[in-house]
Amino acid sequence: MIKLNNLVATYTTERGQVNAVDGINIALPSGKIIGIAGESGCGKSTLLKVIYGDLIYPLALTSGNVEYGFTGDRGTEVTTRDIKEYWFRRISYIPQASMSSLNPVIRIRRQFVDFQGNVVDEAKILAEVREYVRSLDLPAEAIDAYPHQLSGGMRQRIMVAMGTFFKPDIILADEPTTALDVVVQKSILMLLMDIQEQMENTILFVSHDMGVHYQLTHKMLIMYAAKVVEFGDSEDVFSTSLHPYTKMLTDSLPTIGDDHIREGVSGRPPSLWDELVGCRFAARCPLATEICRQQEPALLEHKPGHFSACHHADQV
Amino acid sequence: MTTVLKTEGLNKSYRLGGFINRVKINALDEVNLHIESDAPVIISLVGESGSGKTTLAKVILRLVEPSSGTATIYDQQVAGKGAVPSKHTFLSSIQPIFQNPFEAFSAYRSVDKYLQRTANRINEASAKEAELNIEDALASVGLKYADVKGKYRNQFSGGELQRISIARALIPRPKMIIADEPVSMIDASLRMNIINLFLSLKEDYNTSFLYITHDLATAYYVSDYIAVMYRGTIVEFGNAKSILTSPRHPYTQLLLDSIALTDRKWERKPFAASDIEAKEFQFTGCRFRNRCPLAEDICKHDRPQPIALPDNRDVYCHFVEKTAQKLETTP
Repeated sequence: MIKLNNLVATYTTERGQVNAVDGINIALPSGKIIGIAGESGCGKSTLLKVIYGDLIYPLALTSGNVEYGFTGDRGTEVTTRDIKEYWFRRISYIPQASMSSLNPVIRIRRQFVDFQGNVVDEAKILAEVREYVRSLDLPAEAIDAYPHQLSGGMRQRIMVAMGTFFKPDIILADEPTTALDVVVQKSILMLLMDIQEQMENTILFVSHDMGVHYQLTHKMLIMYAAKVVEFGDSEDVFSTSLHPYTKMLTDSLPTIGDDHIREGVSGRPPSLWDELVGCRFAARCPLATEICRQQEPALLEHKPGHFSACHHADQV
Repeated sequence: MTTVLKTEGLNKSYRLGGFINRVKINALDEVNLHIESDAPVIISLVGESGSGKTTLAKVILRLVEPSSGTATIYDQQVAGKGAVPSKHTFLSSIQPIFQNPFEAFSAYRSVDKYLQRTANRINEASAKEAELNIEDALASVGLKYADVKGKYRNQFSGGELQRISIARALIPRPKMIIADEPVSMIDASLRMNIINLFLSLKEDYNTSFLYITHDLATAYYVSDYIAVMYRGTIVEFGNAKSILTSPRHPYTQLLLDSIALTDRKWERKPFAASDIEAKEFQFTGCRFRNRCPLAEDICKHDRPQPIALPDNRDVYCHFVEKTAQKLETTP
């Protein structure tokens, strides 16, 4: 269980401070693939950074903390305070841009050794790396190449291999397939699913593509304007959503073979710089009433395990 | 009938690499497309990155000179030998929209300046007429001139900016708009506004679109015709609805199988991904043969010629009769 306790994450800019994650309070189950969806600027990448403990200026955690649900080397519960000590080994991060994450002037195999810190027996580690890469059905030559010699898909598979080499408890993936073609995307997502089934780690997967979430995830977390609006089993979220924003996300895009006219949604997410009163989605919501504009809805458990932050969750 | 789009033997090769390890990449290889229609049409060009779809758009926009072959849009030859349209007639009949609306406008110039320039230069409108033209174009994309005037790009959202760049393209009342990945930078909830806008502009303004995308679902939603490209060659071309509901080229089938749908889960079985892109450009036969389950010797030597099927499409495959059985598994 990863507990997010009342997280508020703030960026400091020239204009002042803005909360990109604004009061997230939820417990995520372990051993599952948890999808995080929302539009650009909704705070999904910031949430991942906070969970990873990568809090460098201008980002800061103004309140709350994360409990990771495993005990560290000292026998105490690991929280935001000491998560950095467990980077790579217990918690890892798969970024979107593989080209800018790999060092372009040294071979992949050296980078496998490099990120592990003080290595005594390099040959032994390299043998283990080769064995692991082979077990993922990746070509062994790939790790002897320089990053630019590999295709984008192969580089991203290498990133997946690096991120999972230590069998970490938690894997954070920030849009790992956005820049790739559908066929390549499918092969990488399948690799990730296979690894998760074997190692049973928790994967937090950020994407704006609802189709990818449907294929991959067990649980879904939907964010809108720095808040969580819905959380539950993926099946429930997709079939019987309890928030109009989720409904809008899943219904708005066309599917092949369906000739219905799809209506776009007018308006845009509110600016986080403004003072926000009431439900943040109210201005675009078809169900909005007076209460939505005045009172902010709390994230409540409407059905067992299915949370929604909506005053009219029963009407969605 | 008017020739909406016609390309004849269109080729474009790029040279990559240095002096010693130079390779030739045929980004377009014998592209033959032909669409005749009196009504406006939306043509989608789909394929993965490196399939040549953007190169084709650039050739049509006269940004890239083809190595050989010609391209014709609305009876006006725009590319290839003998194509010398005057800049004025060309720009008033064909207009582009690009992928990233934030890069399409400068940060130091208010967006309405772009609209004024287009009206002044291409419509040769006086200041007063230009105002009317701009108001009209902005109204058709759901914006008001008063809301746009004097503002800079950072004061708009991506969706609004993209609508402004569509409005700019509409000012000369072009016959065709070339839209290169116009919605890939736009959030899901706003994407359909742009796509629906294409449909209404097609009706109200009689504008045809060449819609370049890798998103097959929106291509299905808007287009009348579709051309599927792979490594510079056309693999399937014709009626959009029939190609996307019952693909007949093995590559189109692979592409459709790989979409992440929200109503049907993937089968968990291994499949072939390609990691030899550059080499595939050198293939003499079918460029898809390396990944194709049906490939035989003939695919190695002979480039497949188009085979016309009764439901209004051409399939570039030697074994088109064998691909029909796949139909049962496609929704």
